Amino acid sequence: MNIPVKSAVGSLVDRAQRVAAVARTHADAVDRKGAFPEAAVNAMRAERLLSIQVPAELGGEGATTAEIAELCSIIGQACASSGMIFAMHHIKLSSLVEHGMQSEWHRGFMRRVVAEQLLLGSATTEAGIGGNLRNSICAIEVEGDRCRLSKEATVISYGVQSDAILITSRAHKDAASTDQVMTVFLKDQYTLEKTHDWDTLGMRGTCSEGFLFRGEAPAEQIFPQPFAEIAAQSMLANSHILWSAVWYGIAVDAVSRAQAFVRAAARKTPGSVPPGALRLAEVSNLLQTMKSNVVAAIKAYEEARRDEEKLSSVAFAVAMNNVKIASSETILTIINHAMLICGIMGYKNNTPFSLGRHLRDAHSAQLMISNDRILGNTSNMLLIHKQDTSLLG
Amino acid sequence: MNEKIRELLAKHGGLSVNVADLNDGADLYAAGLSSFASVQLMLALEEHFDIEFPDSLLNRKSFQSIEAIERSVNTILEERKVA
Repeated sequence: MNIPVKSAVGSLVDRAQRVAAVARTHADAVDRKGAFPEAAVNAMRAERLLSIQVPAELGGEGATTAEIAELCSIIGQACASSGMIFAMHHIKLSSLVEHGMQSEWHRGFMRRVVAEQLLLGSATTEAGIGGNLRNSICAIEVEGDRCRLSKEATVISYGVQSDAILITSRAHKDAASTDQVMTVFLKDQYTLEKTHDWDTLGMRGTCSEGFLFRGEAPAEQIFPQPFAEIAAQSMLANSHILWSAVWYGIAVDAVSRAQAFVRAAARKTPGSVPPGALRLAEVSNLLQTMKSNVVAAIKAYEEARRDEEKLSSVAFAVAMNNVKIASSETILTIINHAMLICGIMGYKNNTPFSLGRHLRDAHSAQLMISNDRILGNTSNMLLIHKQDTSLLG
Repeated sequence: MNEKIRELLAKHGGLSVNVADLNDGADLYAAGLSSFASVQLMLALEEHFDIEFPDSLLNRKSFQSIEAIERSVNTILEERKVA
């Protein structure tokens, strides 16, 4: 099947920049009202960016993780909520691309993602599991060729706006809490009863409300592989890389504002170096470190994905965890620096140098999968992991 | 060795089922082996058999089943004999 590309002209970057232009126009209103960035997501659809990751044989464009990360950053620079929605959608899509190619139903679903530009949501958190998505309480019931699931999902980002939800559960009613599967449910196959609001410090446009999810669908919509494999082989790396790309986008926009501030000051006082200039040099250093870290992670993932052993190794998991910790911490230091440079003009809303939204959005980074949990997980792995002492390896 | 692995698995595996009820090929992850518990089990195996798991064996597959653990431990012990 060959889907004609209608309005999606130009390179992926050109298309993402047009989405970013729309997202930027609405970013402050989305943030203020805690509204779903509908215009930006519609622009993603118009530019057919929701299906770029789908392989060409199914009508997509076979975009790589590196290409998608670049787009996450571009959109994230304009509106962090829009960038994060784009990232989360592609994290879900990566599970389909990596683990759904052998299943006829999942292949057909990917074709639909292309044709209808479907937005994919995720329901991995559950009341009572304490944030550990590798555990489920709810269990999917399979009866004949049908499956049924009810889940107290404390967070489903853009749950109301999703066209389909990929949801985790125990594999059957007697399964251990870690014996999980993931299932795709289409919008007309479930109901959502809202249980939690989303009135937060930042990332307000992701509308990550809580719901009681009740769904029923053909059992073939359950992924054939255990969720443990999906989590280790596609979700871990894609989440940490694409989130980090969005955070880099927030950081680089903050630094651009700081740089514009210093440049404006320099123009007013020719011959003397403005007070923020030294700080700008410092923050440029931090930004470069963050960028190198994300780029190195993308490279590591692209090498590991060719080798299943490497992909599920402790060394790779440690590396991906470290990327997430580093970028989620560095972003706060970077924005704080930018704020010191811009001073009151950065602290105030509605100036060209405003950084309040950036700072609030960035604070989510340490919490979406708590850094403490990730550090605990890494420290456990370091008990057995042998450090690779080479520089380039 | 099978006995010892089962004993250590019972102690450190945190499984939701009785180890005696598992056959050698049973999927330990499906039986509730978490990543935390698998590390604890690995440390216990290292201590007991006086071995060290090389990076090449630090993956999910090495701990998939009692059989797989036995194979991993044997690989390490044999490599030591050769060395």
